[in-house]
Amino acid sequence: MNWTIPAIEVSDKDRKRIGGKGFALASMSRQGFNIPDTLCVTSNLYNAYVTRTGLRERILLELHRKDFKEMRWEEIWDCATRIRNMFLRMPIPAEIEAGFREAIESQFRGKSVVVRSSAPDEDTAASSFAGLHESYLNIRGTDAILEHVRKVWASLWSDAALLYRQELGLDVEKSSMAVVIQEIIIGDRSGVAFSENPNDSSQGVIESVYGLNQGLVDGAVEPDRWIMDRRKRKIITHTPAKREYWMIPFENGVQLSALPDKMSTEPPLNSKEAYTVFDLAMKAEDFFKNPQDVEWTFREKTLFVLQSRPITTTLSKKSEDNRSWYLSLHRSFENLKSLRKKIEEELIPGMIADANQLAEIDLTILSDHDLAAEIKKRWEINHKWVNIYWEEFIPFAHGVRLFGQVYNDVMRPEDPYEFVDLLTRTEMASLGRNQMLEDLANIIRNDPGLKKQIETRDHSKIDQNFIRKVEEFIEKFGDLTCAVTGGTQCDRDNEPLFNILLEMAAHPRIAASSRKSTTADVLQEKFLNCFEGDRKQQAVEMLDLARTSYQLRDDDNIYLGRIESHLLAALVEARQRVEYRKAGKVAAPRTEELVDMLADLDHRSKELNPYEKKPGQAYEIKPRQLIGQPAGPGISKGKARVIQQHSDLSNFKHGEVLVCDAVDPNMTFVVPLAVAVVERRGGMLIHGAIIAREYGLPCVTGIPDATALIQTGDDITVDGYLGIVTIAHNAPRKDR
Amino acid sequence: MDKTDKIHQELKELLLSQNLAVLSTHRDGQPYASLVAFVAAVDLKHLFFVTPKTTRKFANLSADCRVAMLINSSQNQVADFHQALSATVTGRAEEVSGDEKEKYLPFYLARHPYLQDFAKSPTCAFVRVTAQSYYLVKNFQNVMELHISK
Repeated sequence: MNWTIPAIEVSDKDRKRIGGKGFALASMSRQGFNIPDTLCVTSNLYNAYVTRTGLRERILLELHRKDFKEMRWEEIWDCATRIRNMFLRMPIPAEIEAGFREAIESQFRGKSVVVRSSAPDEDTAASSFAGLHESYLNIRGTDAILEHVRKVWASLWSDAALLYRQELGLDVEKSSMAVVIQEIIIGDRSGVAFSENPNDSSQGVIESVYGLNQGLVDGAVEPDRWIMDRRKRKIITHTPAKREYWMIPFENGVQLSALPDKMSTEPPLNSKEAYTVFDLAMKAEDFFKNPQDVEWTFREKTLFVLQSRPITTTLSKKSEDNRSWYLSLHRSFENLKSLRKKIEEELIPGMIADANQLAEIDLTILSDHDLAAEIKKRWEINHKWVNIYWEEFIPFAHGVRLFGQVYNDVMRPEDPYEFVDLLTRTEMASLGRNQMLEDLANIIRNDPGLKKQIETRDHSKIDQNFIRKVEEFIEKFGDLTCAVTGGTQCDRDNEPLFNILLEMAAHPRIAASSRKSTTADVLQEKFLNCFEGDRKQQAVEMLDLARTSYQLRDDDNIYLGRIESHLLAALVEARQRVEYRKAGKVAAPRTEELVDMLADLDHRSKELNPYEKKPGQAYEIKPRQLIGQPAGPGISKGKARVIQQHSDLSNFKHGEVLVCDAVDPNMTFVVPLAVAVVERRGGMLIHGAIIAREYGLPCVTGIPDATALIQTGDDITVDGYLGIVTIAHNAPRKDR
Repeated sequence: MDKTDKIHQELKELLLSQNLAVLSTHRDGQPYASLVAFVAAVDLKHLFFVTPKTTRKFANLSADCRVAMLINSSQNQVADFHQALSATVTGRAEEVSGDEKEKYLPFYLARHPYLQDFAKSPTCAFVRVTAQSYYLVKNFQNVMELHISK
C-alpha cells in the first residue's frame, strides 16, 4: 500500500485519497506553478491507523454515546477533547510507520515543514472546511512531523468540524483525512489573492502582510488590501494596514512579534509585485476554470503558491454564516487576554455598582406607580447583565479550554481533564460560602445543647451568639430560600438554613484534604517544566488566565445572582401589596399596574416526563441505564433528591444524590451533603461538574430529561468514570 | 413521534427484523442458553418458537416456565458496538396446541417457511412466550425498560 505520494508523481486517479488541497497543489506543480516541495499523505494511511489501533470504533462509540442533536455544544467540545487525546496518545503502529518515516526522511531530511490537512471532504465546490481543520507550521524532525500528522488527523474530529459536517449531512462513519507535508518557505511577505471579489465579479482582491501567512489567516495581523480591476488588470484601490505585527518562525513553531519600525512605513508589496500576485491568481483561475482563493508567499523575489482552492463565499449565505460561527467558538489567547481585562476592570465592577445602587432603594416607601417603574428598571438592568453574561462571560470560559488543549498537547495525560486539577485551587465564592456553612455546622456538632435549642425552632431559646453568626451568614449569602445568592426576601424563613445546618452537623466534618487536589503543585511543576524561556512565561500566563476563567464560571453567577435578587425583592414587594389588597384589608387603590407587571414576568415551566404513560397505552417505559458525559470520576450509590424547584434543596439529606436540571452556584450549598451529582445540562466544565470535582464526588452530566426520568427516592448509582446513571425504581411513582 | 413511541417502534423493528434469538432457561439453578428461530407479535406481547420436545431447553422450560430471550442486530462487525441494538425480554413460556396452534403456526411459518416439516413434526412443540418486560440497549450502554401492562 502506498501511504504517501510525492506531488510530482500524483495522477488523476489519486484525487480521492490525497484530498482536494493535495490534488490542487500536485496539479499546479505539473503545470509549472512554483510550489514548495510537497509530499501527499494518503487517506489510506489514516484508515490503516484508525483501523489497526481500534481508534475508529472508539471514536464512533464516543460520538454515539447519545443522539448528536441532544448534545450541547459543550458536550461536543468534550467529545472532541477526548478524541483528540486518543490521537495524541496512540502512536502509529510500527509496521505502517516504517514506510511512512522513510518517505518523510528521503524528501525532507533536515528541512522544516508545514503539515496541512487535506480531507477528501475539504475544498469541494459545495462545502468549505477552510480553517476548520488544523495546519502546523515550521515543524522539524521526523518524530515531530509524525506527531503533527496525528494532530492534523485529530482535527477531523474537532468540535467545529463535527458541527459543520453534521450540518452538511456528511456521514461521520466515512470521514477520513489525507495530509500534505510541504517544505516551509520562510517568506518575507505573504498573503491571499482572490481572483474574483466575492462582492463584485469585475474585481479581484489581494491581501498581504509581512512574514508568514499564518498571521493573516488567523486574523492576528491586519493586511494591506488591494482591489484589482479584473479586465484591465489594474489596481483600483490600495488600503494600507496599521502595520504592527508579523508572524515569524520561532523554535518549533511560529510566533507573533512586533514588526520592525522600518517595515511598518512601507507596504509589503510594491505595485509591480501586486500585479505579479494578481497574475498568479488569474492563472490559477484559468487552470482550475473557476475563481480561486490563492495563498502565496514571496521569498525575496521568488513567488510561491502555498495552496489554491475554489472561492466558497459565493455559497448560500446561511452555510457560510454558520461556518464562521463554528470558527468563532475558538478564541485566541490575545483575544481572551483583552476580554479578561474588560471583565475584571469594567464588567464586574459595573455589576457590583449596579447591585449596590439597587440596594439603596427602600421599596416600601415607593408608590405603586413608582414600584412598577422600579420593577421595569430592575428587569432591564437584570436583562442587560444576562446578555453580557452570554456575550462576554461565557466566551471567556474558553480560557479554560485553550489551556486544556495546551496542557493535553504537552502532557498527554490518560485523563483528558487532568488539567482541571490545576485550576481547582482557585478560591471560588461558593466555596467560601460552603466553608462558612461548615463552620456553623461544626459549632452545632460540638455543642449538643445548642443542637437541642435549634431543634425547637424557637429563636428566643437559641444562643444569641450563634444567632448573630447565622445573621452574619445571611447578610452575606442570604437565607438559602432564594434561588439567587444574596436573596433574603423569598420566604423570609431561616428554617431551611437550620435544616441544612442540622443535617450537616449530624455527620462528620468533611476533611479539607478530601476535596482538594494535593497533586496540583506536582502537576503544575511538571507542566511548566515542559517549557523554557519566553515559552515558559507564556505558559504561566496561560495558566493564570485559565484560573481566572475557571473562577469566573462560578463568580459571575454569584454577582449576577445579586442583581437578580434585587429584581426578585421588588417583585415580592409588589405581590405582597396585591395580595394584601385582594384580601380587602385596606381600601383598595388600583393595583392593575402591579398585577400586569407581575403577569408579564411570571413564567414557570415544569419539566414533563417524555415517557409518561398515555391513556390506552398497553405498556410503560422506564429508564434503567442512562448515558451522559463522565464529568467527575468515582462511583456512588444513594437515594435521588430531584430538584424541581429551589425549595426542594432544604430537604436535602446527607448521602443523597443531587439530581437537577442545571446546577448553579446558588444551589451548591447542599453539595457537601451529597454523594454524587447528576445534571441534565452537559459538559465537563459546567458548574455541577466543577463543584463535584472540588468535593471529589462522582458526577455525570448531559442526561437528557434527568429531572423527569429520575424521581426523588429512587435508588440510583452514579458511575462517574463511564458517565452512566443506573436507576432502581423503588420510589412509589407519582402521577404527574 | 414522541420518545415513548420511538422506543416502542425501535423495539418492534428490531424484533421483526431478526430471525434468531438466544433463549435462556435454567435447571436446578444452572442457566442454559440456546438459539431459536422465532417470530414476535406486532404488539410485542408474545414471541413464538418451535423446539423438539426431546431438547434440554424444552425440559427446562417445562420444569420452570420463566425464561429470557435475547434478540440483537449485531453483524459480527466492529461497528456493532455503536450501531447494534439489543433487547432482552423476560416472560413465561408455554406450549400451545390445538386450535391455538392452528391459529398462530401459520404466522410462524410465514416467517420461517423452510421450517415447515420441522414445525409440523409431532415430536416438536410450538412454544409461546408471554412477554413481561423488555430491556432495550442502544448506544452501547443506554438501557430503557418497557413493561407490558397486565
